Amino acid sequence: MDVSELIACPDCDCLQRRVSLPLGGAAHCGRCDAVLYRSCRNGLQHTLAYAVAGLFLFLIANIYPIAGIDMQGHRQAASLYDAVSVLWQEGHAEVAVLVGLTTIVSPSIQIGLVLFLLVPLHFNYLIQGAVPVLRILEAVRPWSMMEVFFLGVLVSLFKLEQLAQVEIGIALWAFAAMVPILIVGGMTFDPDEVWAKVRALS
Amino acid sequence: MNGGVMTAAQLGFYGCPICHRVTESIPGATDARCSRCGERLHWRKPNSISRTWALLLTGYLLYIPANILPVMHTDSLFSAQSDTIMSGIVYLWASGSWALAGIVLIASIFVPAAKLAILTFLVLSVQRRSTWDPLDRTKMYRVVEFIGRWSMLDIFVVTISVALVQMHSFATVSVGLGAVAFGAVVVLTMLAAKQFDPRLIWDSQADAPSLRESTDGHS
Ligand SMILES: [Zn+2]
Ligand SMILES: [Zn+2]
Ligand SMILES: [Zn+2]
Repeated sequence: MDVSELIACPDCDCLQRRVSLPLGGAAHCGRCDAVLYRSCRNGLQHTLAYAVAGLFLFLIANIYPIAGIDMQGHRQAASLYDAVSVLWQEGHAEVAVLVGLTTIVSPSIQIGLVLFLLVPLHFNYLIQGAVPVLRILEAVRPWSMMEVFFLGVLVSLFKLEQLAQVEIGIALWAFAAMVPILIVGGMTFDPDEVWAKVRALS
Repeated sequence: MNGGVMTAAQLGFYGCPICHRVTESIPGATDARCSRCGERLHWRKPNSISRTWALLLTGYLLYIPANILPVMHTDSLFSAQSDTIMSGIVYLWASGSWALAGIVLIASIFVPAAKLAILTFLVLSVQRRSTWDPLDRTKMYRVVEFIGRWSMLDIFVVTISVALVQMHSFATVSVGLGAVAFGAVVVLTMLAAKQFDPRLIWDSQADAPSLRESTDGHS
């Protein structure tokens, strides 16, 4: 039996035979309905495009202020980095680390490693260390919380509006654009396709 | 309907959690590795039940200070105010922002409580080898995995408020101890969900033959 034709469901361990899918389709587990894999022509090329766009927006989101407030002429604006460093200086290193990991470190690892993996493959160049990269990507995935952070910013700005005049910064627009890009980009990423490409090149 | 269903473990195969390749087990081998990527393979997540319990119990313990202690202090020229998660929601409600109050209520009160309750139910059901609809329980697990991250919302709200109203001559906002406990609850429940192995739900089904002897003694 050729094991490459088989797939084990990650949620119920049901062993099933892989079937070919129509373009854009998804294979579901026959027992527990988990999504096993998706079909996407040139999925990795899509992932690469999303990662490049994500990197661009992520840089903007980190460099520029998210928002500012104006209290009777006193203006103050904060970037994501400012927010984390203020927490740190205040003596709340744990909260600073948690916020930094979920909004700066994890997304940059995600975007950086996807580019590290897919840019050489795109030019048919075999890279070393695909295994640790895939493992780190899998471990980091739940801790990247851009969409939650974006909602948190909106809630806090609505709250602060009662207190002062709020000005929206460039970074907030970058966040708004980045959230759907990272979600869709993550859905197009198929480790199987990475392996097929690695195998074809070696 | 489940008559023809066989699990990978029953047939002696491992599914790789990293690259999804199926690898056949070698009889007598003590250490299984993925034939494609070399990842160490286990029939089920090692010590899943006890690790999930440890994380859940710590989560319950910190859930109390997370809800009682203030998450945020606001000092302005005219007043000083400490907000717990609940009083923050009441404040939003009273100021007419019902939609926001609803969002924060769901993300900060409902989601953490639901995560703790559902995971506790799932671990107990697996330990008692319950035959309660496994599909429903798997769906409950997926809900926990999906909603887990959203309870970070209040931590981010506090972060932005502190950053924007810092060192101001008119007002200062600072982090309360409740936020530290709350952040810990979020992390602990996310780790607990990750440690729990949903395949255990299906292993105790009546029509599932017992698992092969586990060869991985290491953790
Ligand atoms: Zn399944
Ligand atoms: Zn596509
Ligand atoms: Zn593997």
